[in-house]
Amino acid sequence: MTDLVCKTAVEALLEAFGPDCSYLCANGYISREVYNLSDRPEHFYMLGSMGLGGSIALGCALAQPERKIVVLDGDGNVLMGMGALCLIASQKPQNLWHVCLDNGVYASTGNQPTVAPDVSIEGMAAAAGYPYAVDVDCAAALQSTLPGFVAAAGPAFMRVRIAPEDHPREFARVHHTPPEIHARFAAGLRGES
Amino acid sequence: MPVTAPPEFLAALRERGFDFFTGVPCSLVKGLLAHLDEQDEVPYLPATREDVALGVAGGAAMGGKQPVVIMQNSGLGVSINAIISLHQIYEIPTLLLITWRGYEGVDAPEHIIMGPVMPEVLDLFAVPHQTLEHDADPSAHLAALDWAARTLAETKKPVALLVRKGAL
Repeated sequence: MTDLVCKTAVEALLEAFGPDCSYLCANGYISREVYNLSDRPEHFYMLGSMGLGGSIALGCALAQPERKIVVLDGDGNVLMGMGALCLIASQKPQNLWHVCLDNGVYASTGNQPTVAPDVSIEGMAAAAGYPYAVDVDCAAALQSTLPGFVAAAGPAFMRVRIAPEDHPREFARVHHTPPEIHARFAAGLRGES
Repeated sequence: MPVTAPPEFLAALRERGFDFFTGVPCSLVKGLLAHLDEQDEVPYLPATREDVALGVAGGAAMGGKQPVVIMQNSGLGVSINAIISLHQIYEIPTLLLITWRGYEGVDAPEHIIMGPVMPEVLDLFAVPHQTLEHDADPSAHLAALDWAARTLAETKKPVALLVRKGAL
């Protein structure tokens, strides 16, 4: 069992990539976790559009090739948008890092299981054509793998095993309106902030 | 011969600022797709699904592009959640070029239910739309493009142009 939870994994990832990146945060608890840890204009909080995090990130990466784009995805999201892995790999965006925070459950709907434990998600990314794809299953492995991941040319994929948690958690929902999230995220993405 | 030839249609889109294309093919726009493939002034990404195309278009729009998503109306059903929970609520203006299979219920079985109700589906989800007719003057197509560009700028939400067989 991994010793990571969503919060500790997200903290390590935000620390490793730093503030000069645009972050696509998957809908559900991942967006809420990031929002409660550190609410920054560079975070795009997906409220719906489940499964489309990688697709949205690909559009960002192609429109702004000088900007680093980091996707904080979930296993349910990646499984839903599996075809997008192929499109992302085919376009070879060097400025896209794709993280799958894998707790094996649909957390925000009540921890129902996903099929992720039976699937080599990082193997799917590698087979799609991501030149870098790795599976990380504990805090020590995350710390030792992060420098290489951050330094890798994209598209790079990291599956991070995190433990499912008891919900509901005591944290707030994203309070910004969707147009506000869009406006401030776009400004950072375009280098206008 | 189509009412508006692919090079003229793409040029008209480019004049109105559209500079990023993605979608899933339909035979009704195969000439346009072939032309997009031949040229290298604007990108066309062959998406794996229509909602993936909408995701990519949404990201590109936030990055400063003016995207067009091309799809058959069979893909509209796949796309509804992306249109609503990404483009509409975040106010991302995206032009949808949707081919009209099953017009008046005449087509292959998989198209005859969506075809007649497509305008009502778009109305239901508050997507403004006009039709590129197959028997129109080319100037009518340009007028529809002007309307679409103006409506996108005003509403910041998706707008659809429906493509009849023979229009493009």
